[in-house]
Amino acid sequence: MNAPHQPDLMPAAMGLTAEAAPADGHFNFAYLDERTKRMIRRAILKAVAIPGYQVPFGSREMPLPYGWGTGGIQVTASIIGPQDRLKVIDQGSDDTVNAVNIRRFFERTTGVATTTRTREATLIQTRHRIPETPLAEGQVLVYQVPVPEPMQRLEPRETETRTLHGLAEYGLMHVKLYEDIARYGHIATTYDYPVLVNGRYVMSPSPIPKFDNPKMHMNPALQIFGAGREKRIYAVPPYTPVESLGFEDHPFEVQRWDAACALCGATDSFLDEVITDDQGTRMHVCSDSDYCQERQSAKQGDAPLVAGAAEAP
Amino acid sequence: MYVAVKGGEAAILNSYRLLAAQRRGDTGEPELSVEQIRQQLKLAVDRVMTEGSVYDPELAALAIKQASGDLVEAIFLLRAYRATLPRLGSTCPLDTARMVLDRRISATFKDLPGGQVLGPTYDYTQRLLDFTLLAQGEVPAMPSIQAADTAVPSTTPRVVDLLNQEGLIETRPVPLGDPLPKDLTREPLRFPADRATRLQNLARGDEGFLLAMAYSTQRGYSHSHPFVGEVRLGTVAVEIEPEELGFAIDIGDIEITECEMVNQFAGSKTIPPQFTRGYGLAFGHSERKAMAMSLVDRALRADELGEPIESPAQMQEFVLSHSDSLEASGFVQHLKLPHYVDFQSELELVRKMRAAARTDTSDSVPGDDA
Repeated sequence: MNAPHQPDLMPAAMGLTAEAAPADGHFNFAYLDERTKRMIRRAILKAVAIPGYQVPFGSREMPLPYGWGTGGIQVTASIIGPQDRLKVIDQGSDDTVNAVNIRRFFERTTGVATTTRTREATLIQTRHRIPETPLAEGQVLVYQVPVPEPMQRLEPRETETRTLHGLAEYGLMHVKLYEDIARYGHIATTYDYPVLVNGRYVMSPSPIPKFDNPKMHMNPALQIFGAGREKRIYAVPPYTPVESLGFEDHPFEVQRWDAACALCGATDSFLDEVITDDQGTRMHVCSDSDYCQERQSAKQGDAPLVAGAAEAP
Repeated sequence: MYVAVKGGEAAILNSYRLLAAQRRGDTGEPELSVEQIRQQLKLAVDRVMTEGSVYDPELAALAIKQASGDLVEAIFLLRAYRATLPRLGSTCPLDTARMVLDRRISATFKDLPGGQVLGPTYDYTQRLLDFTLLAQGEVPAMPSIQAADTAVPSTTPRVVDLLNQEGLIETRPVPLGDPLPKDLTREPLRFPADRATRLQNLARGDEGFLLAMAYSTQRGYSHSHPFVGEVRLGTVAVEIEPEELGFAIDIGDIEITECEMVNQFAGSKTIPPQFTRGYGLAFGHSERKAMAMSLVDRALRADELGEPIESPAQMQEFVLSHSDSLEASGFVQHLKLPHYVDFQSELELVRKMRAAARTDTSDSVPGDDA
């Protein structure tokens, strides 16, 4: 992937799916060599066996930079097979440049079919979102993780946090949340909101908005988290309890919007604000582009909603 | 008018074209060949090989060309290339006493067996821009001077070994069974890391970062009183010992820079006062890197030598977790990726807090337009 010229890679049609195509023969299937894949699969198995526990692994230097999804890419590369149908999203959308780049990487090195439809995908790699469409058994959701250690901002030394996890000593995290309440009257963490997995390990859900946290709980899909730069893999197996931390008198709660999606009218999805002119006029749009499009298609024939929800500044 | 963030793929392909044009520059000028880079930008090639962890001047030169001279990017290219190469085996330890020396200096002794060899160095150049080079001309060849009447001997003992005759300097015997060191490119770094692992990390570490860390130890952030025992540059044989043969065979020579830094040590209850050592090694001619590495190596031995750990350069997790240019550059630059989901969450939070503040003060908060 180093060479900047790729005359063979013309822009694919912006259709919803791309059928399987021959892979670039210069690379092993999914780029990684088989020994590396085996090492990563072992780490994944251990992670599945100990939900929420961060398993160190021999993360490789990938042809994409650390911090840009190398952990998720290595996990995906280790478990993807020729029969898979891959979906890649960033900020909920299949069309953001980084998602496009990672999807192209796998199209080129595996030739597997890709899709933007959550329902059709067997394997979904994501950055910062969980799709709105509920996942099903047999699907795998791979998260790109920048900072796997939920307590890193409170205690940067891994030797210390490792001990705290070993002792299940999570007072540090509760004190942080309590200090938020004392200062602001509510918990001031809006994304990467810490969760307790299977009643044992406190885990970073990666920087998904806390809006998505409840989707992790008892999810029928397998959730795997890859942190390439920090060299850790962890997992939430299907149907595992995942509890967002909170207090009895200040329980965990998710953000809500007063607006609806300007394109599909959804009121139950995570909305991005889009600034539409120089005066700062805003509209709200679903962050999950597949969910939004599916709803728009279902509504075809109804009056378009586009003009509806723009707000004055 | 809302335009969805479509078209990412076309934008990426267009950026490839623009990048290629930027790299090539004015096509009226002849193209730089990889061989020219290899021959004429040797020190850049050496740094890319060192931090890229591959001894291959041609590929390093190619990486520099492809990266438009951005050495950190070139290091990234070389690392990504090497990541999936098979590991064929381990070499025998390099015997640097048997180096063919091009340069060798010691700051601790005026003269010593093997002598001081200045070799190629910028050290005593006067840093005046050479306008002859600007005028596309080479500097007239210096009259060749026979500096030493004797050729540099093929075996030159290391300065620290000379000090050892008196037992003044610590010895670092090979551990029992000479266990294979960890391979940081195959296994993740875990703390606390042993010295072999630390040295591996430092050898791949960013030169600028190590230089600043080393500098900090000279300015009071850790107690070090270093002397350059020796800096040597030259070529050394690489040997492997295949199991089926039972003896070592020479598979080629590499050029390396080695630095042994000598530091005071006040001694402890069990160890008498003596000199301790910090070690630096780099591919090619990379003195700044090797010297910085040796200072940081020594600082990181604070724990082992019972010194108080007070300064960043003595803290393993601080130094080793932040030394890698790929990790640092990738994570700093990932901030360019879209973060609008997180930012949206923060927007909601800040609005909520401002609303609360407004209720508290009963007056409106200036500038609030919600």
